[in-house]
Amino acid sequence: MTVTLNPLYRFDTFVVGSANRLAVTAAKAVAESPGTVYNPLFIYARPGLGKTHLLMGLGHAARAIDPALQVEYLTLDEFVEAFHAAIAAGHGEAYRKRFLDVDLLLVDDVQFLTHRREMQAELLRLTDALQTTNRQIVLTSDRPPAEIEALDERLIRRFAGGLIIDVAAPDYETRVAILRRKAEERRVSFADGVLEAIASLDIDNVRELLGALNRLVAFQAVSDRLVDAEQARGLVGGAAGSRGSGAVVSGTGAAPGAEPAAPPPRGPAAPPDEFSDFLTEISATVAQQVDAWRTQIGAAILRWEGEGYRTGRLQKLLDQDVVPDPAQALRDFECDVQRLRDLEAETAELAADLVGSAAFRDPGDLAAAESLLARARDGAVAPAAPSPLWRMDDWVEGPSAKVALEAARTVMKEPGARYNPLVIVGGGGAGKTHLLHAIGNALAERSSSPVACLGAPEYTGELIEAIDRDAVGIWRSRYRRVAAFLLDDVHLIADTDRTQDELFLLYNVLLESDRQMIFTSAVPLAELRGLEPRLRTRLEGGLVVELTVPDREVRERIVTRELEAKTGASDAALVEHLAARPVDSVRMLVAQLQRVLNAAEARSVPPSVPLAREVLDGVLPGPPAEAPATVRARRPSGQRSSGIVAPTAGGARSREKMVWEWPELADRLLEDWR
Amino acid sequence: MSLVNFTAREITCKIVYYGPGRSGKTTNLQYVYGRVPESRRGRMVSLATQTDRTLFFDFLPLELGSISGFSTKFQLYTVPGQSYYNATRKLVLQSADGVVFVADSQARRFDDNLESLQNLQDNLLAQGVDIRQLPVVFQYNKQDLPRDLILTHEEMDDALNFRSVHSFAGDALRGTGVFETLRGISELVLKRLASGAAVG
Repeated sequence: MTVTLNPLYRFDTFVVGSANRLAVTAAKAVAESPGTVYNPLFIYARPGLGKTHLLMGLGHAARAIDPALQVEYLTLDEFVEAFHAAIAAGHGEAYRKRFLDVDLLLVDDVQFLTHRREMQAELLRLTDALQTTNRQIVLTSDRPPAEIEALDERLIRRFAGGLIIDVAAPDYETRVAILRRKAEERRVSFADGVLEAIASLDIDNVRELLGALNRLVAFQAVSDRLVDAEQARGLVGGAAGSRGSGAVVSGTGAAPGAEPAAPPPRGPAAPPDEFSDFLTEISATVAQQVDAWRTQIGAAILRWEGEGYRTGRLQKLLDQDVVPDPAQALRDFECDVQRLRDLEAETAELAADLVGSAAFRDPGDLAAAESLLARARDGAVAPAAPSPLWRMDDWVEGPSAKVALEAARTVMKEPGARYNPLVIVGGGGAGKTHLLHAIGNALAERSSSPVACLGAPEYTGELIEAIDRDAVGIWRSRYRRVAAFLLDDVHLIADTDRTQDELFLLYNVLLESDRQMIFTSAVPLAELRGLEPRLRTRLEGGLVVELTVPDREVRERIVTRELEAKTGASDAALVEHLAARPVDSVRMLVAQLQRVLNAAEARSVPPSVPLAREVLDGVLPGPPAEAPATVRARRPSGQRSSGIVAPTAGGARSREKMVWEWPELADRLLEDWR
Repeated sequence: MSLVNFTAREITCKIVYYGPGRSGKTTNLQYVYGRVPESRRGRMVSLATQTDRTLFFDFLPLELGSISGFSTKFQLYTVPGQSYYNATRKLVLQSADGVVFVADSQARRFDDNLESLQNLQDNLLAQGVDIRQLPVVFQYNKQDLPRDLILTHEEMDDALNFRSVHSFAGDALRGTGVFETLRGISELVLKRLASGAAVG
């Protein structure tokens, strides 16, 4: 369907004269940089003046410069026929796409668009699409667009937006040059003046001129002597009157003295039109050089668009006739692109998911990119760090926390390597938070990146705020750059779908990069409800350690330490008394001690066992009571170990009801409630 | 000289034919003049002595017409070759966009060629122009003379063209190499546009 470019139709076989110089120059310029100079290029000429030759020459030249260029030549009729066939076969889109992939589309004889509205619309669409992608379209016609009957006004405007150029009939000199070149190509010699005589006839159509030459060649081939000028004129068209000036000498026979018509000023041996040749060359050079900035900008547009940047700013330059300093404009553009890259790189550090945002692709709007970076910076506040109040040094070791402590030490020594994640399970007040923050502090000391340590409600709260601010990406990246992620009370994210999703994603990111994760939960994982199995199984896949009720040894050490810290001395009896009391958490133990200390301070007496009994068990001072370890003393009604005074029930003091377990249970309920 | 004036949409190139006396500079211009249609050429100004030597300079303005929307003009100048006209040469050389060095291929003019080339460099340098930065081509004229009288193109290149710029064999009287030389220097001058060096 598509015609292959005729190998004979090249620029170097095209004789250039004043009538076609502009068209040739434009065609050469287009061949050198398709899509950037004149797009579309519309060449019109009467039949037989070399439109097709020029069009194919353009195709050859462009392909010679860039062999990878997709060049397609076809006549409008072929274009129409193929389109109809494609539509009939239901392959209309494929047909369209085929042309959109062409770098240089050459359409011959578009005058046949007359009254073909459908094809006009198709060509309009194609022209627009090709222009948008900087692909070149060149069209030829036997008349200017405005004279093509019933041609869509929009198409006329499109063509006018590029370059419309005509090829006029060759002048005498050009006709001589054409005849000489064709004679040379055929290796036929004629007597002096013959070709000039033919050229002087009123034939201004190159095809007819070549037809005349053919007749001469044929005649001379069968005659035994060279045709002279007079014979030639008679042979070719006696009817066609000579319109040459008086300079055309009617050479007689093969008279060597016959001068060519319109002889060059000097030297008959000189080429006929050196100046024209010179002018053609210079025109091409000037066009190339003067419009070099267009080529440069066109190339820059292709390059930057290829890299995904918007080039509207450069496109606007191409619309101008004169750009004072195109090189500077290009430098400015490159400078802005670099700035965008810097901004994007910085943003990537803060919020990886913002990378690739459209704001980083528009050098015409740096403000948008800067604003995006500012947002990333806003959101890039460091995540909550472990509290410095909880240190490992303060942790009181004991058999009950041995496993947890060992795991913590391993994690601190080799974060992310051995137990990842580490899950610490234990009841309220068992020291999970203390241990978590203590590990966090230790990890923070050995890492330059931040260590995130926060409670699950806080984590969920941040996510909600980020959603509200449409800054989830930034918030997410805050945690993705941490050295370690420590989440307290993970059981509290039960039934929070989005938080669990985010945690799951974060989990995977951190695990992949061997960064330590530690979770605490007040509920054994197996009993955790409302947690997605994918998350629970992952937590279970790490090391789960339990912080149990502090044993007596731990309790003694804690009371001793607290007493020394708060009173400067430690009363062994008091320590023993308090440590002997069964508590289910360190927090409760410390609270009991604090109540004793408060009472001592209120009464200005040193803390002592009797005071502790009175405060904690409601035992009034008196004779020595039973051994503290076995005390099951009653206490004043309404007074609980938690120190909260409950309404009494008419002062009834039933020892049966004063069992240890009962107030303990109340305490636990209250603690949990708090 | 402002080579390209984007505001006025004009391109003006000043090309100076330089070389020793009688090397054929004026002949080059005359040949060009003879080939240019009358509509395209201005009056060729030639100030010559009675003995037909260039006294001041030749000046041939060429109107190349509108090229890419730019009114394009070439101004071709020759300088007097004789050594005592150096002041004139300096004057003509001012603001030249390109130089054609027309050398006489005759072996006996070897020293004159060298002296003129040296003089060109000196005069350019005096104007703050580095000859290496200026478009220059060589034309070795009179190559039509008998072989035993002249140096060949290669020999002339060896003698003068040590920077390997474009060089053309010429027979200015018959026009051989004249337009080739003009085209060569024109393209060099015009291509400087791309660098923006002479854009005004």
